[in-house]
Amino acid sequence: MSSQTRRKERIDRGIKVRSEGLYALMSWREMAYLILPRFMLIAGLLCLPFLMPGMYWQRVISIVCIYAIVAISFDFLAHYVGLVCLGGAFFIGTGGYIAGIFNAYFGMPPVLTIPLAAIAGGAFCTLLLLPCLPLRGVYFAIVTLMYPLFMARIIEAFDIFGGTDGILGIDSFPSAFVEQYFVVGILLVFVFGLRRLVTTDMGLIFTAVMDNDQAVRASGINITYYKAMAVFIASAMGCLAGACLTHIYMWSGISQFALDFSILPIAATVIGGAGTLVGPVIGCLILVPVSELLRDFGTLRIVFYATILVAFILFRSDGIMAFAKRKYEQIERWTQI
Amino acid sequence: MEILVYGTINSVSLALMGLGFAMVYGISRVPNFAHGALYIICGFVTWTILQKLGLPYVVAIFLSLAVNGILGILMYRFILIRVRGMNISEIISSYAIGLAILEGLRYGGFRGMTYTLPVFMEGMVFIGGVPVDYHRIIMVIVGILLVGGLWLFTHYTRLGLALQGMAQDERAALMLGIDSDFMAMLAMGFGAVLAGVAATMILPLGNIVVESGYHVLIMSIAVCIVGGLGSWIGAFFAAFIIGFAQILTVVFIGSHFQMVVALLAIILTLILKPSGLFGQQKELEDRV
Repeated sequence: MSSQTRRKERIDRGIKVRSEGLYALMSWREMAYLILPRFMLIAGLLCLPFLMPGMYWQRVISIVCIYAIVAISFDFLAHYVGLVCLGGAFFIGTGGYIAGIFNAYFGMPPVLTIPLAAIAGGAFCTLLLLPCLPLRGVYFAIVTLMYPLFMARIIEAFDIFGGTDGILGIDSFPSAFVEQYFVVGILLVFVFGLRRLVTTDMGLIFTAVMDNDQAVRASGINITYYKAMAVFIASAMGCLAGACLTHIYMWSGISQFALDFSILPIAATVIGGAGTLVGPVIGCLILVPVSELLRDFGTLRIVFYATILVAFILFRSDGIMAFAKRKYEQIERWTQI
Repeated sequence: MEILVYGTINSVSLALMGLGFAMVYGISRVPNFAHGALYIICGFVTWTILQKLGLPYVVAIFLSLAVNGILGILMYRFILIRVRGMNISEIISSYAIGLAILEGLRYGGFRGMTYTLPVFMEGMVFIGGVPVDYHRIIMVIVGILLVGGLWLFTHYTRLGLALQGMAQDERAALMLGIDSDFMAMLAMGFGAVLAGVAATMILPLGNIVVESGYHVLIMSIAVCIVGGLGSWIGAFFAAFIIGFAQILTVVFIGSHFQMVVALLAIILTLILKPSGLFGQQKELEDRV
């Protein structure tokens, strides 16, 4: 190693340091520096439905947003509460079925079924996951991976809710624009809402539960309550996404419990940047359209994104978001040693 | 009598599926979610060697077991070794590998009902009035021999003792001069070979289809969780519990519920006694 005489040095940009804290208010430039990334995300997502050519790609945007909502709920649970939940499909399926049942059997409009599915589905998922909350690590991951499979088998075995055919004849959104702006809006609310949440006192407790739950318990805080709260938030988000999915496809069925809904959000989180809450959205924006483009290749696209996933875990485990943040905030240069 | 005979057969096949997973997790603490993929790939390699190269069946089986072992070792050496100790990454990366293998096979045209392996021995025999074909009997014998062999191997050979030592306490094993990465690699290889043995035993009874890879993964996880993750003796006994429970549900309730039983067993075990029937060492660590 003696031949190596220079190394890369990373230094914070001046504007990043100047715009920290209250000093950002001193000039428009610093404020613009802070606002630019947020603004790009919001404006980009709001413009997307206009930019897409044709109905098909507009539909893809809705699907991207739905996957992104599930992905940020995974990211929130895994990296801010320490519960690795591999069962995104459980939330999607529960929400989808609840929305489907209320719409097709009781004739409620989507305006009512979607919030209802979020609240009731969140409560239902939390109730079912409640006994598993003391588990950690691999154990929680495996048990949550099993839940969606279990639900699918139950529905199949008892032949309830349309059995293997699913529930048909569900109302769709009034128009394509309402559909897209609804999911985009919900996604933005969740991204910024969760970022707020993790910095509040409650978020602090969540992080503490992840780092050392015994210490939290020793401080007289009921950790099961807080874990249940976190699971409720995440599962309500997942159920809401599932309800939207049901109304978009006008159908809810067993395939909403399929592994795709558990795996793709996780892949998106790993690629976009774990623990950033925005990373999963970026990951979904990349992964879902790519997998749509590769639809002609059939199952080869699953091979493709599994390979990307492994490559990212091995070589770029901090994801795109961390990379972009580094480029935005720091300058790199070579220095002699 | 029917329940007893078919329960035993079902249990042994579950045990065969679960042993590899239990062994890998017990020694290297890597939950190998590519287990089902290794199982299927062994079936396809055997089929290819048998049909395309025209080698005899026994040679084909041993060749494909060797291929499987090497595959497992390579997987550990190049991919899993880098993420070892990080739970989420281990699960995600091994699952992604398994997914890539299975879906790649599906893309490669291995689907439908056309791929079957011949049974070892035609014909059947009546045990207490129940018809059982010879292949299933061979399977039970091989399964029991395998468990006995594994027990002898881990208790009486140097390598086996080293593996066991590592399973009990990796740091202490390191201090005593056991190369833990090498051992974990070997364990992965053994796990892959065990998955292959299960495949060569079970696959001739039906078609080789990609979907059964997922099924095998779920069943082996079920067996290992109920038996206690990492304890392969526990996995063996748990296989009997789940196997008989499944046969009983098929007889008395309906075959739709077969899978529900396994999943229910996982969830109940994790809720009531997360360390499983025979796993003790991790109990304090993983529960709050």
